[in-house]
Formats: sequence, structure tokens, C-alpha cells
Amino acid sequence: MTTHTAGASTRHPGLNLGEPHEEAHSANEELVFGFWVFMMSDFIIFGLLFATYVTMLGGTAGGPGPSDLLEMKGAFIETMLLLASSFTFGMASLSLKYHQGTAKLIGWLVVTLLLGLGFLAHELKDFHTMISEGGYPSRSGYLSAFFSLVPLHGLHVAGACLWMLAIFGQMAVHRIDTQVKTGLTRLAILWHFLDIVWIVIFSLVYLGGLT
Amino acid sequence: MTDESSFLLGRLGWDALPFWDMIQNPTRESIINGIIASGAAGMVVLGALAAAALITWYGKWKVLWCDWLTSVDHKKIGIMFIVIALLMLLRAVIEAAFMRAQQAFGLGGGFLSPEHYGQLFTTHGTIMIFFMAMPFLTGLINFVMPLQIGARDLSFPVLNSVSFGLTAAGAALMMISLVLAPFSTGGWTGYPPFTELQANPGPGVDYWIWGVTLSTLSSTFSGINFAVTIYKKRAPGMTLMRMPLFCWTALCTSILMIFGMPPLTVATGLLALDRYLDFHMFTADLGGNMMNYINLFWAFGHPEVYILILPAFGVFSEVFSTFSGKRLYGYTALVIATMAIAVLSFTVWLHHFFTMGQSAHINAVFGIATMLIGIPTGVKIFDWMLTMYRGRVRLTVPMVYAVGFLILFSIGGLSGIILATPSIDYQIHNSLFLVAHFHNMLIPGLLFGMLAGYTYWFSKAFGFQLDARWGYRAAWSWIVGFMLAFFPLYALGLLGMPRRTVAFFDPVYLPWTIAAGLGALIILYAIVCLMAQLWVSIKRRDALATPGGDPWDGRSLEWDTPSPVPEYNFPVLPQVNSHDAFYRQKCDGAPHESPARYEPITIPKNTAMGVIIGVSGTAVGFGLTWHMWWLALAFSAVALVAMIARGFARNTTWTLDAEAIERQQRAWAHQLEQFEPITRQWEQSEANRGVPVPPNEGAIQ
Amino acid sequence: MRAHESNAQDTQTLDQNTDQNTQAQQRGHDDEDLARERQRDFRSYGWGLFLSLVLTLIPFGVAAFVPLPSIAHWIIIGECAVVQIIVHFRFFLHISFSRNTREDLQLILFTVLIITILAGGTLWILFDLYYRMMPGMAP
Repeated sequence: MTTHTAGASTRHPGLNLGEPHEEAHSANEELVFGFWVFMMSDFIIFGLLFATYVTMLGGTAGGPGPSDLLEMKGAFIETMLLLASSFTFGMASLSLKYHQGTAKLIGWLVVTLLLGLGFLAHELKDFHTMISEGGYPSRSGYLSAFFSLVPLHGLHVAGACLWMLAIFGQMAVHRIDTQVKTGLTRLAILWHFLDIVWIVIFSLVYLGGLT
Repeated sequence: MTDESSFLLGRLGWDALPFWDMIQNPTRESIINGIIASGAAGMVVLGALAAAALITWYGKWKVLWCDWLTSVDHKKIGIMFIVIALLMLLRAVIEAAFMRAQQAFGLGGGFLSPEHYGQLFTTHGTIMIFFMAMPFLTGLINFVMPLQIGARDLSFPVLNSVSFGLTAAGAALMMISLVLAPFSTGGWTGYPPFTELQANPGPGVDYWIWGVTLSTLSSTFSGINFAVTIYKKRAPGMTLMRMPLFCWTALCTSILMIFGMPPLTVATGLLALDRYLDFHMFTADLGGNMMNYINLFWAFGHPEVYILILPAFGVFSEVFSTFSGKRLYGYTALVIATMAIAVLSFTVWLHHFFTMGQSAHINAVFGIATMLIGIPTGVKIFDWMLTMYRGRVRLTVPMVYAVGFLILFSIGGLSGIILATPSIDYQIHNSLFLVAHFHNMLIPGLLFGMLAGYTYWFSKAFGFQLDARWGYRAAWSWIVGFMLAFFPLYALGLLGMPRRTVAFFDPVYLPWTIAAGLGALIILYAIVCLMAQLWVSIKRRDALATPGGDPWDGRSLEWDTPSPVPEYNFPVLPQVNSHDAFYRQKCDGAPHESPARYEPITIPKNTAMGVIIGVSGTAVGFGLTWHMWWLALAFSAVALVAMIARGFARNTTWTLDAEAIERQQRAWAHQLEQFEPITRQWEQSEANRGVPVPPNEGAIQ
Repeated sequence: MRAHESNAQDTQTLDQNTDQNTQAQQRGHDDEDLARERQRDFRSYGWGLFLSLVLTLIPFGVAAFVPLPSIAHWIIIGECAVVQIIVHFRFFLHISFSRNTREDLQLILFTVLIITILAGGTLWILFDLYYRMMPGMAP
């Protein structure tokens, strides 16, 4: 379990870069495992916020409830944007792994970033509509629960976008060296993780609330 | 107040000074409380100034910066954690003494105002849990665990430094709150709606929220760091089932930190949203539900109890085994019991609020789950007793703590079984019986464990032993003082005295509160003994030196190194073949085997990340507390920029060449030959140079 | 700064060198292995995208267009969500039952256990409270 030989035995969660990237691959073993543990800790935060959200569904205090404010179209578009970005990030990881050239890697990453920003823009628009229709967080316990859960996911996406920009900066200075590779591997895990959280959000908050 | 000053200072005004009220409305009560509060504030300010002056006088700023604050060495970070823990212990014990004094004079009034008393029990609880216990155990794990598993450092040394910065920031906020008062009066649990804006608009609760949040973040990161280290960085041959038990408890504690801290982050985060952005999560109106907070808080609170107790169990396992001269009895059972406690601790949180109003069957389920935890804990107690059975027990200072723990902790556990019965809990909940119970668990359990560990490993950190005479005085005073201070509280609880009461009017309570007050005095004496012990030991450090590195005839790998331990821990990573790895080497007659060839070692460079995050954390917390938005924003930006900039850093390691290592190791080997090996009888005397008589020359039984 | 740059370039060229070396040395069946792995990786993301799309469209479609009692809706939505989460773990995060990723799998399963206990317990406790004391809070 603790052997430090590179290769198939030292695998970590997420896409393994494999032997052609030996240095990054072995550096990843601890880094990615640690990041993975951090993600699990974050899962607990979301899990509890989901449970709390469900317990607050009745706390509308006479204000608007889920079926008055949420709309399916917006949620569907956001879901598609995020799913597509997960796929494009996968393509980026593969072009890193199989040396398909820096241009291709950066191309896929830029597409991913744009999809992420599109998601954020659309989500902000949705929030704006909600607030203008009287669905602001200080209106009721239910809306407080909504605005402590969904924007937290959005905040994570924004953080991930910022991280990607920082990695672009690192690429400009250091080219694609070991740290950039390990950074991208971890960012990929965060990105896919956020998509998983979003699955629960659209199922529980949007679809669950609308039916 | 003009607009400009409120932009600059937020809501901070003259009334934040602890003596302001005393000057404005001089009544007897306000003068007494003002003098006490100003004295405390004065001690903080003078202490800080004196420390700065001393460092300047001795010209140690550079040492402080280069060798300590920016160091990423796990041993130094561990020591700094423990320094914070000891300082905060001092403050919180003094606060406890004030509370005991208040209740000893409390018939019909006492001398403290209710407001001041509320701040005292809130800071006492918050500090003892988050800024004494957590840093103490984090520090011990930090220092000991990598040495025991044969690693050179933690997996993420820079993150470790950041963890330290966050805890230091939280502790700094706690200290600042003494000078720029007031602190929260909501208790360490901070239940809304009392802590909501309507009931508590002042800065007190905000101090509490940010102090606790900083500490929580720190613990989450520490937990991740420890768990990954134990999973990925064990020495060759060190399988999980060969790890010393302390490492097992460290692993379980880290798992609990990783999964148990997030609920608190959620609870305090949502409370902050309520207070700052007018959310209604826990308010009494507009669909808020305060019971959600109680549920979230204890979903953290119960795992937290085991985060606190498990490392102490680990320390005791090492202490019992070493000072009985025997292999730990029932190692496998202890490992399984530790794991069982870790998992079960997630299934019992409701027993903290049996009386909230849920159905009896739910209470029954959680009550039974609570009692179940008694089983693995009982297994442990018997394993420790059987470790001592037929061993050559030496009653050294750590062993006095351990034996005291064994008896007192069992009594506390039995009172826990009483409290775990919902129908009884309805009678005695929120009374001093509960206060007696959890102090009975945490003082003999956690604090004795930490102090035993502090005495046990002190020489490993600094190269000299702690003075035994003052150590015995401290240990016995702790035991006696604890019993006198807390056993009366059981009786008071059964007599119906509620906790957190500033005054009472039933004279029946008085003899018990006076007895408890005397116990507090003995505990204060114990603290004085601990300080005297440190002072005397530093004075006599040459006589007490143990450079051989193995003063207790130890069994695990940390004793395989010189004291103090070199930065790289091990010149070559040890090859482990069995449990009690170092003892096995000694039995084979070949301890400290030197390798054929030394290799250069890569060591992470110092970094200011921990300091930057610590300073920013303090500033952001302070700014948010006093509504100085510019300060919070500016330092959030500083922290963010620092983190991004860190991503650009390359060449973050340096290499220690093989010759230097060889020279150091040769010098140590030479030193070892000079020392007279001693038998265990003399281990607490000045004859002990850290070289025990080899076991095959008759040192075993 | 100069040291930094040269160092970064060193690692870069080193990386390329090793790439070329490995490719040169391991021509033949290792090359085939790599090609197969590559194909497998690409197919994994393709499958992931396809399955996720299906599992997203079903609940949205059902919720928007199919009139059913809400219990049936919730079951379909919940099941699709659970399956899609597993799909993401399997195809995007490459977690499987194979030996190599056993530690991560254990970690995920432990996390699921803890979330189940904490979230399930929360719902149990609070809805019981609503039933007994605060009927207004039950949705």
C-alpha cells in the first residue's frame, strides 16, 4: 500500500496521467488523495445543507414557495451547461495525458471556462428574476435555506473558474510543468465534483420543488 | 459619530474599552467588574508588550521569524500549537477560578454582574474546547505521529503552517476580545435565538462566530493532513497494524475532524448569514427554525467529543505500555475499539437534546446508541489495566496522570450512562450534574492525557527532561483539585442547581459551592506547579539533558532519534518488521543502526504563507466583528492573492547534502558511546542521559 | 528569476525527453497498450456524457410533460439522480471496483454512510418535531 514505485500501483482518484508523466504522476499520489479527502469533507457540508433545506421547505411564512419562484427552463439550461463543461474538461484532461499539444489543451480549457461562466451568468440572472419577484432571502426561512444552498454551489464554481485562470497564468510563466499538471488534475476533480452536487440540486431543489 | 469615523472604525467606539462603563456609571457592581475586566485586558496588553520587549532585548526577532513562524517543520509547528494551548489553558483556568469564586460567594448575589459572568462561561468553554484542547492534541499529533510512523514530515507541510496560522488567528481574536470587549454571553454552544441579532446586536456573538470558524477551518485542514500522512507516508514495512496505538487514535481523530467539523462550519456559517445578511434560518419569526441549529451544532459536537478524547487514549496507551515495560495488551482489540468509537460517535448526537420535544422512540434509539459506546470504551479500560498487570510498573509523572485517568474517567463514564437514559436526563439536564459529567470526562480524559503526553515527549522536543518533583506536585494537585472541584457539582446538580447560574438563593447549595471553590484553588496551584516545573527544568536543562534520545526505554520509532530531533527526522527511512519497532531493534541488540551510505535529503523551504493567512484571518475576523468592511475586504484580498501567488512558486525545496547528515549522525553515535546506560530505576534522575540498559542485559522484567 | 525559468525549462525538456525515450524504447506492444488505454479513456467520457444526458432528460421530461402522481415523479427523479451520480463517479472520476482505486472507493462509501446518518437523522428528528410541535413547518 505504501510502495512508492511509479506506475499502475500508485493510482489516485480522477484521471491518472500515467507513466509518460512520471514526475507529475507520483507527485499526484498524495496531492490528489488529499484533495479528494477535502472534497469528501465538502460533500458533508452540502449534504447537511440539503437536509436543512428539506426541513425548511415549510418555512415560507406566507411568502412565495418553490413552485411560485423556480422555473424548469433555467434549471435545464444550467444543467446542460455544466454537463457540457464536465465533458469538455474531460477532453482537456485527455489532451494533457496524451500530449495532443498545448493549443488543444488550452482550447478545451477555454471552452470549459466559458461554459462555467455561462452557467454562472445564467444562474445570476435566475436569482435576479427570483429576487425581483419577491423571492429574496430575508423574506422567509425557506428562501434563506434556498439562498444558503444554491449560491454556495455557484460560489464553488466561481472559485473553480478563478483557479483555472490562475493555472493559465502559471502556464504562461512556467509552461506545462509538473505543478501545472497536478493543479489541472485536482481542478478536474473539483469540476466533476461540482457537477455531482448540481445533480442533487436540480433533482431535489428544482424538479422536486416543481412537481 | 461622524460618517468618516464609522467607515474607518465601524461600530468600534470608546465603549468597547473594559473600563468605560465603570467611568460612565460608577456603581459598586460596575466598578468591581470593570476592575476585573481591565485587569485582564491589562495583562493581555502588558504580556504582549513584555514579550515583544524581551524578544527585542535578546535580539531574537530573526530567530522567531526564520526558525519558528515561517518554518514548515512538523515538529516546530507542533510545538507552537502546544504553546498556544498552554497559554490559553492558563487564561481559561483563571476564568474558571473566577466562576467558582462567584458561586462560592454566590448566595444572594456574588460579586460579578450577570453579563460578565456570561462572558466568563462563554469564553471558558470556547477557549477550552477550540483553543486549548484542539491545539494541544493537534500539536501532539503533529509532533509525534510522523516520528512514530517513520516519516520525514506531514504530507502537506505548507498546509500545516496554514492550519497553525488559522488557529493562531482564532486565538488572537479571543485575546483581542478581552481588550476591545465584550465577548458573547451565549455559551460555547451559542444557541439561537439568543445569539440572533434581535437579542444580541453587539459584537460579542460575532467574535465568537469568527473565532470558532477560524479554528474549525484549521482543524479540518489538520485532519486532512494527518489522514493523508498516515495513509501515504508510512516507513517501509510499517503496515497499519504495526503502527503504535497513538497513530491509530490520530487517524481516527483525523477522520472525525474531516467529517465532524463541516456541520459546525454549516451551523456558524448560517448563523453568520442570519446576523449579517438578515437571513431567517434560526430566527423565531418568518419561518426560521432554531432547532435546526441545535441539530447541526451537535452533529458536530458529538464527534468533537471523540476528536478530543481519542488522542488522549493514544497517549495513555503509549504511557501504560512503556511504563509497564510490556507490549500493549490487546492491541488488535484496542484498534477495533478505536474504530468502533469513531463510527459510533456519528450516531449519538441527539443525546445532547433529549428534551427538545421529539418522540420517545427517537430518544430511545439515540440513548441506546450512546450506551453502546460504553462497550468499546470499557474494552479499552480493561486492556490498559491488563497491560499493567504483571508488568514492572514505574509510577513516573505521566503514569500518575494515566492511573488517575483510569479511575476518574471510569466514574465519569458511569455518570454518562446515567445521563444517556432519556427519562433521567429529563430530570437533570441543564443542571450542574451535566457540567460535572463532561468535566469529569474532559479533565481526566483529555487534559490528563495531554499533560501526560507533554511530560512524556518533552525531552524529545527540547533535549532535556521536565523536572519530576514539580511534575508530581502538578499531577497530584490536578487529581485532588479535580475531585474537590467537580464531585460537589454532581450533588449540586441532583439538588437542582441549574448550570450557568450567576447567583442562587437556596443556602443548601452553599457548602458544595464552597468545596468546589476550594478545589478550584488546588487546580490553580497545579497550574502554578506546571509553570514552576517548566521554569525549573529550563534552569537545570544541562543537568536534565537526555541527548541519547531514549530516556524512558521507549518502544516506538520516535525514540530512535536524537533529542532534539534533527530537521530530517531519520537519516534513512527505517525498515520496520514488527510492532514496537524500536524495542525490537533493542532486543536484537542493534539499535540506531547506521546505513552503509547516506543519501541527500530534500526538505521543504520555509514560507510565510502561514503568517500571511494567520494575519489576514485575524484582520478579517476583527473587521467583520466590528463592521469595518474595508478591513475585512482588504485582507480577504490579501489572503486570496497570497494563495494564487503561492501557485506560481517553484523551487520550494532545498537539499541537505549527505556529508552533513553523516557528520551529525557520527557525532551522535560518538556521544552515545560516552554515556553510561542507566536502568529504569534511575530514569527520572539526573543520571539519565537518554541511554537505557539494553533489554538483553536484564532490563526486562 | 533566471534560475526559476531555466529550471522550469529543464523539467519541460526532461519531460519531453522521457516521453521520447519511452516511446522509442517501448515501441511495439507498449505502444498498442497506450493506444488501447487512450481509446478506453475517450470512450469512458463519451459514455459518461451519453448516459448523463439520458439520465438528465428523463427526469426533466417526466417532470415537465408526464402527468403522474407526485410520489411517482419523486421516485423517478430520485432514482435517475442516484444513477447519474454513480455514472459521474464511474466515467468522469474513474472510480471503480478494481484494486487500484480501492482506497478512494472506501472513502466515498464511508462518506455516503456518514451523510446518510447525518442527513437521514436530521430529517427524522426534525420532521418528528414538526409532527409533534410545529405542524405549520411541515410542507
